[in-house]
Amino acid sequence: MFDYQFFIEVLIGGLLSGVMYSLVAIGFVLIYKASGVLNFAQGAMLLFAALTFVSLVERGASLPAALVATLATMIVLGLAIERTVLRPLVNQPPITLFMATLGLSYVIEGAAQLLWGTQVHGLDIGISDTFEVAGVLISRFDLFAAAVAGSLVAVFALFFRYTRTGLSFRAVADDQFAALAVGLRLPRVWAAVWTVAGIVALVGGLLWGARLGVQFSLSLVVLKALPVLVLGGFDSILGAIVGGLVVGAIEKLAEVYVGPSFGGGIETWVAYVAALALLLIRPSGLFGKKLVERV
Amino acid sequence: MAIPASSKSSCPSAETLWGAIVLMVAYGVVPFVGSDYLLDAVLTPFLALALAAVGLNVLTGYTGQVSLGSAAFLAVGAYAAYNLHLRIPSLPLLIDLVLAGGIAAAVGILFGLPSLRLRGFYLAVSTLTAQFFVQWALTKFGWFSNDNPSGVIDAPVLTIAGISFTNAAERYVFSLTIVVISTLLTLRLLRSQSGRNFIAVRDHEVAAKVIGVPLLRTKLLAFGISSFLIGVAGVLWAFAYLRTVEPAGFNLDRSFQILFIIIIIGGLGSLRGSFIGAAFIVVFPLLLSRVGAALLGSVFDSGILEMSQRIVIGALIIGFLIAEPRGLIALWDRTWSTLWSARRTAAPTCSLTQRSLQ
Amino acid sequence: MSKLRRFKLIMGAVLAAGLASTPAAHADEQFFPLQSYRVGPYAAGGTGFFGGFIDYLNLINIRDGGVNGVKLTWDEGETQYEVERGIEVYERLKNRPGIAAWNPLSVGIAYAMIDRITKDRVPLITINHGRTDSTDGRVFPYVFPLLLNPYSETSGIINYIASREGGPDKLNGKKIVVLYHGSPYGKETIPIYKLLADKYGFGLEQIEVPHPGNEQQSQWLSIRREKPDYVVLRGWGVMNPVALKTAQKVGFPADHIIGNVWSNSEEDVIPAGDAAKGYIAITTQASGAEYPVLQEVIKTVYGANKGNLDDKKRIGSVYHNLGIVNGILNVEAVRIAQAKFGKRTLTGDEVRWGFEHLQLDPARVEALGAKGLFHSINVTWNNHEGDGRVTFQQWDGSKWKVVSDWIAPDWAFLRPIIEKSSTAYAKEHGIKIRTSGDDPVSQW
Repeated sequence: MFDYQFFIEVLIGGLLSGVMYSLVAIGFVLIYKASGVLNFAQGAMLLFAALTFVSLVERGASLPAALVATLATMIVLGLAIERTVLRPLVNQPPITLFMATLGLSYVIEGAAQLLWGTQVHGLDIGISDTFEVAGVLISRFDLFAAAVAGSLVAVFALFFRYTRTGLSFRAVADDQFAALAVGLRLPRVWAAVWTVAGIVALVGGLLWGARLGVQFSLSLVVLKALPVLVLGGFDSILGAIVGGLVVGAIEKLAEVYVGPSFGGGIETWVAYVAALALLLIRPSGLFGKKLVERV
Repeated sequence: MAIPASSKSSCPSAETLWGAIVLMVAYGVVPFVGSDYLLDAVLTPFLALALAAVGLNVLTGYTGQVSLGSAAFLAVGAYAAYNLHLRIPSLPLLIDLVLAGGIAAAVGILFGLPSLRLRGFYLAVSTLTAQFFVQWALTKFGWFSNDNPSGVIDAPVLTIAGISFTNAAERYVFSLTIVVISTLLTLRLLRSQSGRNFIAVRDHEVAAKVIGVPLLRTKLLAFGISSFLIGVAGVLWAFAYLRTVEPAGFNLDRSFQILFIIIIIGGLGSLRGSFIGAAFIVVFPLLLSRVGAALLGSVFDSGILEMSQRIVIGALIIGFLIAEPRGLIALWDRTWSTLWSARRTAAPTCSLTQRSLQ
Repeated sequence: MSKLRRFKLIMGAVLAAGLASTPAAHADEQFFPLQSYRVGPYAAGGTGFFGGFIDYLNLINIRDGGVNGVKLTWDEGETQYEVERGIEVYERLKNRPGIAAWNPLSVGIAYAMIDRITKDRVPLITINHGRTDSTDGRVFPYVFPLLLNPYSETSGIINYIASREGGPDKLNGKKIVVLYHGSPYGKETIPIYKLLADKYGFGLEQIEVPHPGNEQQSQWLSIRREKPDYVVLRGWGVMNPVALKTAQKVGFPADHIIGNVWSNSEEDVIPAGDAAKGYIAITTQASGAEYPVLQEVIKTVYGANKGNLDDKKRIGSVYHNLGIVNGILNVEAVRIAQAKFGKRTLTGDEVRWGFEHLQLDPARVEALGAKGLFHSINVTWNNHEGDGRVTFQQWDGSKWKVVSDWIAPDWAFLRPIIEKSSTAYAKEHGIKIRTSGDDPVSQW
């Protein structure tokens, strides 16, 4: 007999894992919308944020102090990246920008480890227990992460709707040249976006860090975010959320129900195949703008 | 992205001449004076990577389709050649090599199918499917590695027509020959109608379609040729260089490495750039770590040095892209043409120079 | 233009100097080329192991003036755990005079070196890991998977579970899940677990975690449904802490999770925080700094400010102690070979002879100040593993504590399987199988 309870358990677990992927994907989307760059360094920024936070705490800083200091560091980092990497490369083809962010990820990874060492760290944010609803296991930590992701998106929505910077961001995302024509200053918008991406990296870094421990492999979580981006569209925050949920659910269900017939371990590519299948029907993802674009 | 076709040197015959000189040195001098270290640890991987870069250049530089899955095709080539050699021992190695390239090409065409509908980063990310699927399949199915408990394959001795290539110099000559032949054939192809179709698709897909370039065939041909060359490079990597291979060696970092070669240094759409880029990517990190250790080894421990090198390499990548987004080769070409025109005033025509040298 | 040319000239000169230099030989030195990894994802393990190895070599130099007056020297080349970098370092250092042995601590690099070191006639030490069938010294004369190979590890873990359950017969009807890393390394022991399950009659399920293993929700939900008695963790890197955290999430008790040798370090449990408390893992060398040899390292080496670890808190950690034990085994092999060949710089072949006679009984181990650190080793010309014993340690939230005796794997059961694989290898590569330790080693 089909075990519905187990199915639901896997499904919920998958959806909640998906939220974690979305958290990383949102950082990509923000930057892609504003400047058309697939920012591969997002993972490195995540690592840098989490490592900075944990190292500060281990050196005796109080939690709020460490959080504020890390936040400040990430803002400075975001601004520095915009200034030294993005601005000089303005108007270059996307692939060039992509390569630059790869170089950037080397710099950030190296700097993070040079600064704080190669040791691995634990990160306990104090929420780890689980509870059962009708025999279905639910993790409180995952719910917390989902709530954080949800509020993050809500804050962004408000920010983009009601603040001046947010509005100019949307204008830039819609049409860079038109935005320029009406006198918006692109560098300022980019600086704002990279700052926000730094903050997203901090949130993602802390949540993923609490799950994985804070160590080098944190930067690998970008690979989980890429199929989410393809599925949801590179330029849609809503897409990142929905894409994350879909990828999480498909991955887990496939691993549990389809995996055994292949001997398991299909999680790494099944998300990509699912994303590809969708793309063949909708070439710009679920929520992406339909554009004839060239790289 | 509109990249001008590689600016042909004002004097093609001079280019041929230089090519001949490089080849003469590569065949006539290097194998005899090069140390084992130089041949085995520097030149052989350089040749394999250069060929892979040539392959990716056909796809990305000439046809404009970005791929992040090159390492997967390296792996397909390596494992295909291994299995052909193992299971059909009567096949000569050269046939193995060509068939392995063919298998890589078939896999490449399969994974190139999405390119018919996808553009830009969507296509780039979708090529990651190849990257992860191939690695998974090679690990998963023991058959590919002849059920070796640890999944690692040992390369056979390179033998062609009874001649074994066993020492470093011989393996180098073997790789060199394969790379030279493949590159020359690629060059020929790029100068044919197919090559012009590639460039048409890259520069303006819609326009290409309008003037009657068969998009489907052109794109898939590009994926096929590219994967063929990368597959052959994979055979060299596995058989001539490492002589043992595990799937983990063909990870995403390797794909990025090849992309670096053609984009940052080599310049898209320049075969010569692929070679210079590969040389750079192989030699530069070695040089950096040796010089770093020699100058600062007594001051800092090796961990700090290695981390700093990572930062330096990353910063250089960014710096290069800012200095010359079309690749360092463009910088080189500019310097070169200044130099050449300066010389030309002294020696009136290329043909004269060439004749006087013959 | 002229600038560019000058740049090229300088780079050329530096290249020539950098790639070609080999320092001149000194009399009576034994050289250890180290393919270390101090950056990248596995840096924590690399700094610990190579730190411990170097610390012990330093101890011998400072305290004893070398081995019988022969100074020990070494040079490091960074590999980042990547095979091609490891090969580059090999090709760079292989012509140095007086090489004793190679110790890469990387399966991939070790594999790529097997035919190279056999040709160059230098021992290759893969302590605790490596290619299982290289245990057969008849086929692999220069390769030494000292103390423990993957098959022995598997058998040791099952024997430990049996002892916890009250005897091998109690395994019957128990259920064990093996959670393995989705890589050749992870899959290597699949057939052995199957054989042992048949032999002892326990239920067995083997579940793969795809690399890198930062998501294990579905695997652990399956485990929760299976309700096994034990989970064996055959993990790697980040997969280990994530497994422990996810186990806690689904309510699987940590003290019924048994880790293998790549899941047994501080780096594997610290990131998991509380979830790791009670977790048990196999080891060939106990952790802690209370052993006399560790105390001497602290006093003599760190006292003279020559210690290799930046963070002194890591002295006595799992990887550091593995490095120390590796140092002891290498140095003793050199000492044993010197007793036969003379107190001078030995060739690789002579050091190989030393390793093939590396027999340290518990009394000798105690004399070396390592009683309790590791049990004993008994390498012979055809058994290159040397019957190392294993012990099990439990993580108490801040350090590892030994919780078992020294357990012997079922070597007699494994030997025929190993020989089958090694003879197949010999056949495939046309290697003449040695019939005694005095046989000349056939060249490939």
